[in-house]
Amino acid sequence: MTGWTALFYKEVMRFWKVGFQTVAAPVLTAVLYLLIFGHVLEDRVQVYRGVSYTAFLIPGLVMMSVLQNAFANSSSSLVQSKIMGNLVFLLLTPLSHWNWFLAYTLSAMVRGLAVGLGVLLATSLFVWQSSVLHVSLLPAYPLWALVFAACGAAMLGCLGLIAGLWADKFDQMAAFQNFVIMPMTFLSGVFYSIHSLPSFWQSVSHLNPFFYMIDGFRYGFFGQSDVSPWLSLGLVLTCLSLVSGVALHLLRTGYKIRG
Amino acid sequence: MPAISFQSVSKTYVTDRGPFQALDGVRFDIEPGEFFGLLGPNGAGKTTLISILAGLSKATAGAVTVHGFDVNTQAAQARRQLGVVPQELVFDPFFNVRETLRFQSGYFGVAHNDDWIDELLHSLGLADKAHHNMRQLSGGMKRRVLVAQALVHKPPVIVLDEPTAGVDVELRQTLWQFIAKLNKQGHTVLLTTHYLEEAEALCSRIAMLKQGKVVALDSTSELLKAASSTVLRFKLDAELPAALAAKARVTGRIVQLPANDALEIERYLAAVREAGLVAEDIEIRKADLEDVFIDVMSAHPDEVRA
Repeated sequence: MTGWTALFYKEVMRFWKVGFQTVAAPVLTAVLYLLIFGHVLEDRVQVYRGVSYTAFLIPGLVMMSVLQNAFANSSSSLVQSKIMGNLVFLLLTPLSHWNWFLAYTLSAMVRGLAVGLGVLLATSLFVWQSSVLHVSLLPAYPLWALVFAACGAAMLGCLGLIAGLWADKFDQMAAFQNFVIMPMTFLSGVFYSIHSLPSFWQSVSHLNPFFYMIDGFRYGFFGQSDVSPWLSLGLVLTCLSLVSGVALHLLRTGYKIRG
Repeated sequence: MPAISFQSVSKTYVTDRGPFQALDGVRFDIEPGEFFGLLGPNGAGKTTLISILAGLSKATAGAVTVHGFDVNTQAAQARRQLGVVPQELVFDPFFNVRETLRFQSGYFGVAHNDDWIDELLHSLGLADKAHHNMRQLSGGMKRRVLVAQALVHKPPVIVLDEPTAGVDVELRQTLWQFIAKLNKQGHTVLLTTHYLEEAEALCSRIAMLKQGKVVALDSTSELLKAASSTVLRFKLDAELPAALAAKARVTGRIVQLPANDALEIERYLAAVREAGLVAEDIEIRKADLEDVFIDVMSAHPDEVRA
């Protein structure tokens, strides 16, 4: 493998070598969410007609895991290489800003989607075993689900790239994750439908791009959603191009990596 | 066409205490096949100059070319010509030695490079470490991997930024034999080092930097000729008289003074006697590069020796 594919492969191997921590751990976290929220809320909340709360929750948890892990992959790889100093091995190469962009974003997508698939399998197994579900968890429109998962992973991979370039220390990275990524994922409708919120918070949620990723992804499973999947797709693609543009610009100018 | 051409390179850093000029109009060429030494005290700008050459940093003014390729506007072509061994002992803790070298080949677009990787591992005494994780290696072994990484794409120009800092004698010898062999095969070598005897033994031409300016630039033999012909060396248990201290190079008890003739030597010894001191183990030796270096660095900053 040569050029950007070599970097892509290196980035995939980097998380795969510590897969217990980068893939298995987030799958376990998602199963715990399902266990607790599903158990407590199953009989009290119904969001869509004919869809149990547990079934509603699963696609949200899958997408949340996809997004968080895509972000974690590119951001932690970059900030670690900067702090360890081994980013110099990349800076010395003829790889272009497009090469960096493709390698970091695609490897982040691989990690995000691998964890997402893991969460889907593990939660489905759990649900099937406890037989609380009366609906199938097979997506109604798999293509929609896949498109939203891929776009969401790409966008968070790009955001991770930007955060990784920006952060000089691990605590700055943790701040970005805790004060930006976490609130945006939790307030995006992973655990609830925004129709259940007061109207003010509904309007606020409509400003959160993560809401459209999760809503669109859920449409792929149930054929029901808070807003039209086409609207969600349009907004997600717009955000993705904006974030990609910023990431490419920072890479081209060597922001914080070439003095 | 020069292998490396520095064309009036300046670099100014913005710091909290105002601008700091790290390089000031540095200009010289290195010809293909040369073994070139870049010397200077800490903070003289050596690493800054190499960073600009390698594309790790951008010049504020001026240009740098590698085999005619501008490091800024033709970065990819310029970087393919260069193999840079960084000063810091950095490594990727996720991979073993062979994986590290394979990835580095890949970044440079070189596929199926295992034969050359094997040769590098063998030449640098790393053959039995190929499957060791980078974290398990000693400092010296990590340094060898850095050299291998720099050479993995067979660059015509090799840049070594203080490669022997904190390195044991055995590795120094292995490294210099290998680099000298590559130089004989036609590779251009640019070396920065604090070990002046290494520079004297290896480099055919030398530039000395001081406060971001080139203060000497000549072949090693010409620089040595220009220095005072001899050095008086003796041991002394007390402090040197002030008149001599200004000219002397003092290492513990050992005092070394540049002298042009026998009369000057006699004057030095007389000054020691008059101070009521006893000089022991008196020797007279030929001047070396370190004497030249001290001489150049203590000279007026605007005086250029070329």
